[in-house]
Amino acid sequence: MSSIVVAPNEIVLPLGKRVRDSLRRFFAGDLFHSFRRSPVTVAAFIVTVLLFAVALLASWIAPHDTANLSTLILSDARLPPWGVTDAVGTSGASKFVLGTDDQGRDMLSAMMFGLQISLAVGFASVILAAVFGTALGLFSGYVGGPIDSLIMRIADVQLTFPAILIALMIDGIAAGVLPRGLHDEVKVYVLVLAIAASQWVHFARTVRGSTLVEKGKEYVQAARVIGVHPVRIMLRHVLPNVMGPVLVIGTLSLAIAVLTEATLSFLGVGVPVTRPSLGTLIRIGQQYLFSGEWWMTIFPSVVLVVLVLAVNLLGDWLRDALNPKLR
Amino acid sequence: MDPAAYGNRPLLVVRDLRIEFPTRRATLVAVDGVSFHIDEGEVLGVVGESGAGKSLTGAAIIGLLEPPGRIAAGSVTLAGRRIDNLPYEEMRRIRGSQIGMVFQDPLTSLNPLYTVGRQLIETLQTHLDLSQQAARARAIELLGEVGIPSPQLRVDQYPHEFSGGMRQRVVIALALCVNPRLIIADEPTTALDVSIQAQIITLLKRLCREHGAAVMLITHDMGVIAETADRVAVMYAGRIAEVGRVDQVIKRARHPYTDGLMGSIPKVGTDADRLTQIEGSMPRLTEIPAGCAFHPRCPKVFERCTHERPDLASVDGAQVACWLYAGAPAEAIDRV
Amino acid sequence: MSESVAVPPAGALVRARDLAKTFDVSPPWLARVLGRAPRAVLTAVDGVSFDIPPGRTFSLVGESGCGKSTVARLVVRLYEPTRGRVEFDGIDLATLGSRAAMAPVRRRIQMIFQDPYASLNPRWRVADIVAEPIRTHRLLEGDAAIARRVGELLEQVRLSPVDGEKFPHEFSGGQRQRISIARALASNPDFLVCDEPTSALDVSVQAQILNLMRDLQREMGLTYLFISHDLAVVYHISDTVGVMYLGRLVEWAAARSLFHRPQHPYTRMLLDAIPDLEMTGKARQAVAGEVPSPIHPPSGCHFHPRCPLANARCRAEAPRPRPREGGEVACHAVEEGRLPERGGRATVAAEFQAS
Repeated sequence: MSSIVVAPNEIVLPLGKRVRDSLRRFFAGDLFHSFRRSPVTVAAFIVTVLLFAVALLASWIAPHDTANLSTLILSDARLPPWGVTDAVGTSGASKFVLGTDDQGRDMLSAMMFGLQISLAVGFASVILAAVFGTALGLFSGYVGGPIDSLIMRIADVQLTFPAILIALMIDGIAAGVLPRGLHDEVKVYVLVLAIAASQWVHFARTVRGSTLVEKGKEYVQAARVIGVHPVRIMLRHVLPNVMGPVLVIGTLSLAIAVLTEATLSFLGVGVPVTRPSLGTLIRIGQQYLFSGEWWMTIFPSVVLVVLVLAVNLLGDWLRDALNPKLR
Repeated sequence: MDPAAYGNRPLLVVRDLRIEFPTRRATLVAVDGVSFHIDEGEVLGVVGESGAGKSLTGAAIIGLLEPPGRIAAGSVTLAGRRIDNLPYEEMRRIRGSQIGMVFQDPLTSLNPLYTVGRQLIETLQTHLDLSQQAARARAIELLGEVGIPSPQLRVDQYPHEFSGGMRQRVVIALALCVNPRLIIADEPTTALDVSIQAQIITLLKRLCREHGAAVMLITHDMGVIAETADRVAVMYAGRIAEVGRVDQVIKRARHPYTDGLMGSIPKVGTDADRLTQIEGSMPRLTEIPAGCAFHPRCPKVFERCTHERPDLASVDGAQVACWLYAGAPAEAIDRV
Repeated sequence: MSESVAVPPAGALVRARDLAKTFDVSPPWLARVLGRAPRAVLTAVDGVSFDIPPGRTFSLVGESGCGKSTVARLVVRLYEPTRGRVEFDGIDLATLGSRAAMAPVRRRIQMIFQDPYASLNPRWRVADIVAEPIRTHRLLEGDAAIARRVGELLEQVRLSPVDGEKFPHEFSGGQRQRISIARALASNPDFLVCDEPTSALDVSVQAQILNLMRDLQREMGLTYLFISHDLAVVYHISDTVGVMYLGRLVEWAAARSLFHRPQHPYTRMLLDAIPDLEMTGKARQAVAGEVPSPIHPPSGCHFHPRCPLANARCRAEAPRPRPREGGEVACHAVEEGRLPERGGRATVAAEFQAS
């Protein structure tokens, strides 16, 4: 909306002023207030932002470029963290603060890049699942009738499958269908698709439920009486009012997606080994756990746990904060 | 029985009741210094529009005020005994046996998982010393009293098997089953059709007379008050504007708000082109005006109203909180 | 149903003929097959016909389940009728198939709803809400022109133009109904359907809204279809009143005529049930029974189980509308001349007690 000047009163505000007004309302509102008063949530938020920042800036702040295989020196392999001496008597060095893995990769750098991969796959699959699931739920709920029943039955059937299984199935089909070289290149995309396929149902069901509620409200009926196009009603009227739960599910879904990717990588069917994610690192390190070289598994595991915990806590707070809001 | 037969003894005395809601921005005063009394066996109507504080007053009397709301000042006395500061267990006992409640929505007043008979029997056995059979017989008797046909069959039915009006009758039976001295009815007929309203009002009036129970009838519907109440208190913005006999208040309203209210009610048979309109709306709790809360909307406002809050003044047996009638201090309300 | 109406047909802006609407409320297919439960059909509206002359207010009054809200939605085409037709300015709405064909009619018919809290989108600013009909029908070009028009509309309903920037939750119930009215007026309609617009409002706010609606009708020549359960409100605002019971129009007439000389026993009972605000001291005689379920309505005349004048014909045969003073009434007792003189509030109830 372009800038408008209507003398003497400004009846319709220009866009810039609207955004500032909305921001002002947000920070004065109950939602932000409840956020500020919960130290756990604030801590979770800070941790999450920190981890996101690390993942985003990994290419610049990682001390070693572990993606470039030519820089790895095998004699640097399996070094303990700085300040720790392992059973064989090898001591860690400041060059590799958290030790190295079996390929000679610096753990800290590898974890940063691994975090990057995990979050990238996680975000991509959640966004894909959210867009697809929301659209389908909105359409299904608004249109109703046999189409709605059909879509919901498909969703119900899919819910009976565990997420990992669905992801494995899609991955397996892709591996069988595509020629080997192509498969490796598109592996990440297939992974994103597989995880998204296991998550869309949650979005679809919740959005459909909310859509059914909003559809019965008089403001939707008023729009129909005015003669507004149904698609416009769905997008401009109903969608803004059903977005609240989507945000909550999205947050929790991110945590699930990251864990799913980690599990798949741990099982060996996730991201390619050349660009290890946190799950891959855990798998690699797991072999050496009982020989006393704990750092290769423990550090990536801790990062994964902290990430998932922080995101989950944020999602929990969001769900509670949005729930009693009936205004 | 006629209230006069009781010798006009006050059963419930509310004095200077103040209900506050602490919020993060400020403390809101929802009910501000409300005083009234109900005599034995009489029906007091408490009328007002939404936000006037009448439901909160009723809730405070029964001790069902939802936190963070709380009674900040004042007292509630039932038959000479203070009940607003009792511990939970004591209040619970009083709530069942001395004060009965009838709420607006019969759907949520009854537990959908238990039969109607079981809820009646449970209440009876909690407060009276009755055997299972005696309680069941009494329950069937009560259902018959409230006009439910074939009570011996319907006593074992669930609430969803009753219609709205029937459910409200059951709620009334529940309220009266242990012979309370006071019934608090909060909008008992608002959710019902017009023809059913008439039935329920007649029933409530008759039964309370027969059982000798006083009634505090909270509603926004003046018509219901006109038919049922002996006296009526008009509330505005958490304060009492006017209290008096029902014919006085309705036919010769003194407070400008009551007058405006009566004029804005459409009546069959009166061919007015426009209804009396009070400009503006009831102030929000955060914006209650200084002095008399009604002064920004009052057609008869003068200077004193804007900064001094009027106390209840006696005028011909009624009490009005308005500077138009200043000079006669209110009668003492405790004759205990 | 009867084609003889008291108002000349040429004068009608809105015409409903034999309107009917049924809903299928059967249990789900699987439950029916397993539990051998029968199909259940709810007849919300069963053959309703009326005319509304331009510039006038026609009210439909009745208790819950009588179908008046469904009739309102049939007239604005939120529902498709199962039977019958609606004509607006001579156009049969059923002939307008596509959205494009319906658009000019949609501009001229608007609706106001009962719940002031649910009838405005909580996420939209008021100015956008009021401007929506203007934008949908492309009545004005340019944000400045639209903004000016929104300001005018807000002032017309006694609000301020700056209120356009606020959200609905910042307003009281009465103010929200004004916003709804402003939205309804935005497309310059001829006909407004009002579904219990004041039922959720306090009495003093109701008076403001009713006065406003009356003023607007005079200023703009609007035609109203007013739905309500409140007989006093209907008396105050209507030119013609129709009484509905379980999906049928049992009686309709000019307002004064209907209220002072009601003929149908149900109308009489409804009027008797109105609380006595004049405090004439007459005890209210309770109406017997309750409204039956619309899924299994009584046979013949739906009112016969509660009617003191019911005979065998009433149980078997549904009465057809017959002319009465200023309108029509559908009642065998009236037709057969068995209707007693109405001598006061207690009369009909006394007959009931005698029967």
